[in-house]
Amino acid sequence: MDAIRGRARKFGENIDTDTITPAASLHLPMEEMKKHAFGPVAPGFYKTVQPGDIIVADNNFGCGSSREHATEVVKELGIRYIVCESMARIYMRNCVALGLYPILAKGVSRLFNEGDEIEIDFERAMVTNPKTGKAVPFKPLKGTPKEIFDGGGILPLLKKLIEEAPPGPGKPVTAP
Amino acid sequence: MMTIAEKILARASGSGTLSPGDYVTAHIDLAMLPEMLGMIRRVLLKAGIDPASLRIWDTEKVVAVLDHYVPAASLEIAESQQQIREWMEKLHVKYYYDLFPGVCHQIVHEKGHVRPGELIVGADSHTTTYGALNAAATGIGASEMAFVMQTGKLWFMVPETIKFEINGKLPDCVYSKDVILYIAGKYSTDVAQYKAIEWTGPVVDALSMDARFTMSNMSVELGAKFGLFRADRKTIDYVRARTDKEFQPVEPDPGAVYAETYVINASALEPQVALPHGVGNAKGVSEVKDVPIDQAVIASCCHGRIEDLEIAANMLKGKKVHPKVRFWVGPASWEVYKEAMDKGILRTLLDAGVMIANPSCGFCTGIQGVLAAGERCIAATPRNFKGRMGSNDAEIFLASPATVTASAIKGRIADPREVL
Ligand code: SF4
Repeated sequence: MDAIRGRARKFGENIDTDTITPAASLHLPMEEMKKHAFGPVAPGFYKTVQPGDIIVADNNFGCGSSREHATEVVKELGIRYIVCESMARIYMRNCVALGLYPILAKGVSRLFNEGDEIEIDFERAMVTNPKTGKAVPFKPLKGTPKEIFDGGGILPLLKKLIEEAPPGPGKPVTAP
Repeated sequence: MMTIAEKILARASGSGTLSPGDYVTAHIDLAMLPEMLGMIRRVLLKAGIDPASLRIWDTEKVVAVLDHYVPAASLEIAESQQQIREWMEKLHVKYYYDLFPGVCHQIVHEKGHVRPGELIVGADSHTTTYGALNAAATGIGASEMAFVMQTGKLWFMVPETIKFEINGKLPDCVYSKDVILYIAGKYSTDVAQYKAIEWTGPVVDALSMDARFTMSNMSVELGAKFGLFRADRKTIDYVRARTDKEFQPVEPDPGAVYAETYVINASALEPQVALPHGVGNAKGVSEVKDVPIDQAVIASCCHGRIEDLEIAANMLKGKKVHPKVRFWVGPASWEVYKEAMDKGILRTLLDAGVMIANPSCGFCTGIQGVLAAGERCIAATPRNFKGRMGSNDAEIFLASPATVTASAIKGRIADPREVL
């Protein structure tokens, strides 16, 4: 994977899972749930978001509960990369599990304005604003989380393990 | 030279020395499935996996609890619970708690499923609670839990460890809940983000197990991955009374490296109250004046243990709950309920005007005792996010069971030292 480019969609700090998926939207079908995503801070986000957009946020993105809907909805909106100063740990795990790439880079939120082009270079492990030339480093995923992301998330991997497992109850299978 | 978290992850992953930032794949000692099971079924179906095709990797290592929506209050929930029941039977889940449930983070250690030194994951953020028993326990999402159920393994990044050293002595009416609210207020709710906490110092050593559970439970409110205590006599006695299985407590190495050490003098603390709508809005109770309340609650995975109920009962002897306050106490499990009955605690509470709720998550998360717009509730629970207990325009204040009880007596947020 070399470099990818996209449009920055800016968010502030402490964007919690209730903001990403307000409680009242949790029982709705996905197409409806999307319409409420980020509602409290960015109403109508679903109308302006385009596949390939990249979220750029401040500290503690995704804090709060372990509800996976909050990660699922971002993926369903066509986003594959979330760049932020820091991310709550369960949210970060859920990102990898669903095939979203968490990019944690100190100082990154000041580099971009809403709508700026953003470049993520995985070879050099740098996030750059091509317009200003300013860049900050990040730690790329490696090992198992990298494999999970490359495979499109943890469930495709699980599906494969189940299909390959010999039949019979309680028989253990081996994870990578 | 490793910290508790590093040692547990090293053992579980068969690694040598580990350092923060290392990635490992580790064997899970216990997977805890709360009512999130409904969501796990849903993600499996969406990914084209038949939930019944899953095979639990080791039935000794999986515990499931119906806790959040008990008893079912809508047809939707009843149907979800029906599906969970059928699924659990198909998967031959051996430790499945459905009848006489309670809050998962009480049931799981109360029934002896948690042992010192273990690596535990749960599909709920407050799984950190088992850190009180020297277990590295943390929350994960639904998809990852599905993977763990089948394989018994999961990847981890080794976290940095920070140490909180709580010195001095807790003053009267100041409890472990006050210490943790104070820390959230002073250092913010991301002070431990992605880190393991080790709780140390003379105050921590003197705490009961119930008081320690409150701190490891709320470690996640500081952003922590684990909220660890060392195992001492109290820990060993608690675990030994509940299981015959072997275990190996884990001590930090003397030369272990801590990213940060915070030293707190507990002798100077007063009871704390977290104002709406965040745990980090904590203030000393003396700064919170004349706030009338409509509801008071002691329940949840944070409180609702026997010691919490005892504190309330002792304060309420010969006193009455304010006539305008609905004071609900929900024991965290039916074991706690029975013990409170045997000790006469329930009688004292009922005579004083407290209502007793069934053990469940209900009051903590807006399923029972829902708040209307403009209402205020003071709660001994772990979270006060906007809208958590009902209306977005209701206000939730967090405090210890003692401060909640004092407030229920006075009809306004009150210092427990006022009613002694
Ligand atoms: S009591 Fe509240 S915080 Fe605890 S597990 Fe239940 S819903 Fe979550």
